Amino acid sequence: MSKRKNTIISALLLLALFGFILILERMLPPTHIALTVLKKSCIYALVAVSMNLLNGFTGLFSLGQAGFMLIGAYTYGILTIPVEARASVYMYYGGGIIQFAVPVAVGILAAGITAAAFAWLIGLPVLRLKSDYLAIATLGFAEIIRAVFMWDKLGVLTNGSNLLRKFPTFSSVTFPFIVAGCCIAVMVLIINSSYGRAFKAIRDDEIAAEAMGINLAKHKRMAFCISSFFAGVGGALLAMYQTSIQANTFKSAMTYEILLIVVIGGLGSVTGSCIASFLFIACSEWWLRFLDAEMYIGDFKVPLLRSGFRKVVFAVIIMIIVLFYRRGIMGNKEFSVEGICNFFKKRFGRKKEAAS
Amino acid sequence: MSKNILHAENITMQFGGVVAVDNLSLDVNEGEIVALIGPNGAGKTTAFNCITGVYEPTNGSVSFCGKELLESHPRGKMKKMYKGQNALRYTKRIVPTPDKITKEGIARTFQNIRLFSSMTVFDNVLIAKHMRAKQNLFTATFRLNHAEEARMRRETMELLEMQNLAHLKDEIAGSLPYGIQRRLEIARALATGPKLLLLDEPAAGMNPQETQELTDFIRQIRDEYKLTIFMIEHHMDLVMQISDRIYVLDFGKLITEGTPEQVQNDPRVIEAYLGVSEDA
Repeated sequence: MSKRKNTIISALLLLALFGFILILERMLPPTHIALTVLKKSCIYALVAVSMNLLNGFTGLFSLGQAGFMLIGAYTYGILTIPVEARASVYMYYGGGIIQFAVPVAVGILAAGITAAAFAWLIGLPVLRLKSDYLAIATLGFAEIIRAVFMWDKLGVLTNGSNLLRKFPTFSSVTFPFIVAGCCIAVMVLIINSSYGRAFKAIRDDEIAAEAMGINLAKHKRMAFCISSFFAGVGGALLAMYQTSIQANTFKSAMTYEILLIVVIGGLGSVTGSCIASFLFIACSEWWLRFLDAEMYIGDFKVPLLRSGFRKVVFAVIIMIIVLFYRRGIMGNKEFSVEGICNFFKKRFGRKKEAAS
Repeated sequence: MSKNILHAENITMQFGGVVAVDNLSLDVNEGEIVALIGPNGAGKTTAFNCITGVYEPTNGSVSFCGKELLESHPRGKMKKMYKGQNALRYTKRIVPTPDKITKEGIARTFQNIRLFSSMTVFDNVLIAKHMRAKQNLFTATFRLNHAEEARMRRETMELLEMQNLAHLKDEIAGSLPYGIQRRLEIARALATGPKLLLLDEPAAGMNPQETQELTDFIRQIRDEYKLTIFMIEHHMDLVMQISDRIYVLDFGKLITEGTPEQVQNDPRVIEAYLGVSEDA
């Protein structure tokens, strides 16, 4: 019974958050940095949770996320550019070979499915590897796929190294929030289902999981495809956010950013990934911006503040987090009202003990 | 005469030049408790790993309930290296993964306990039900098959109650005391619905009293679940009390088999365990 109560409270909290975002959007000018940060952090939260599903819940250390995002972004872009705009987008390739456009929802779904299909193919050889070797292979895949999409010969499809643009985008925060929210909800359902338990079993002990009748190859492939599906959807959303697609933005640095979010949030914690992605994006784009500008207090020039100093401070913050929260902000626990209550009870109780 | 359930034939497992199991043939009949004993490094666990599909044997075959389960013959580099007498006898290659073998009805435990240590006791057992659940990713994700999930949970709870583990169901498996972890591992193996249970040193690290409890426990689960039990064990008092037949392995070779009395009085067994003096 209390489980149901918890679910209801969580749903109410989510609704409240959604309402807050709606109000925020009404009150702030549409170009306000807070809205940009919210949009981007929704997208990063989705991708981070998808990476967490693979790295934190199934124990497969994969670094191919940027590659699957790229596939998703390109699929979305290629399929949804309006027919009349194709001539100007594909100006070097005679208007491209695809001469139709699909609705946005179909485009996003297709982005996920294409990424999952690629994951299935790549998974055949790559999932035989373990730990570091898997990471190297998937990282290599991501780099190769980036080069392939920039290949001149494929230009009629991918527009080579030129930008893809003029596809439908979003301007409101509610769109990425709802799409990412639904996707994360589905992933949470998977994690809490029988299959999610099987994934966790594989993470804890592969040999024992196999002895319990869990087909390792099948379940690993399944986790890999699910994770890539949602990374593809995230890629499509990112393309909409950026309003243009270029293969060069999906570098391995992007995978590391997401990995950082997953680790800071806690391997094996969905809410941790969501919170960490907001903090990460807000810190890197918004809250630490003032460090980049030179500042004068009266005639005194504040030392150290100059362009680029933000990154130094950011690195120090991350080091502090990693040193003091070894298992991330949330560890492998989930954010819940009950947990917060317990946390304060503990604190409060301890203080009372000390006082008496 | 009860019917044969597990039949292993000429199992050889060779790691490069080391022959860990050499031409081992054995039979386990329905309802029996059979023990596999031998000095350290005799190849007992390797034999288990061959039967459960963790290793692919170099040569030999295993059948279970009259059905061909596993067959292998030397391939690749082993083809040149393997000079066993049955080198050419096996021509087919059936090498199922361990999960398929578990699905056939052979469950096992491990010498060094392998629980899912970060999960609760309940989830540990529940995972074993995943294999036979009638569901797919879609129905499981969107909770379309409530009855199936409820059935899995109910059966898990029943099993935990029968094993006296119900009061620990929300404990993290890795934090339990050693003896209970052993029992949980057996409970988890039982949850896969086996006909044959392979126990790899179930009494390792137990004191005499715990060993006595384990003896009763093994008999009890055999009768309750109509199991056949095949185990590796070092505690001789446990082995002699409980087993119907014993196989003795030394340096990968089967040196003798028989009832506990026969084995106890066999000079080859004493020699394998204690060595033989030079002037004897």
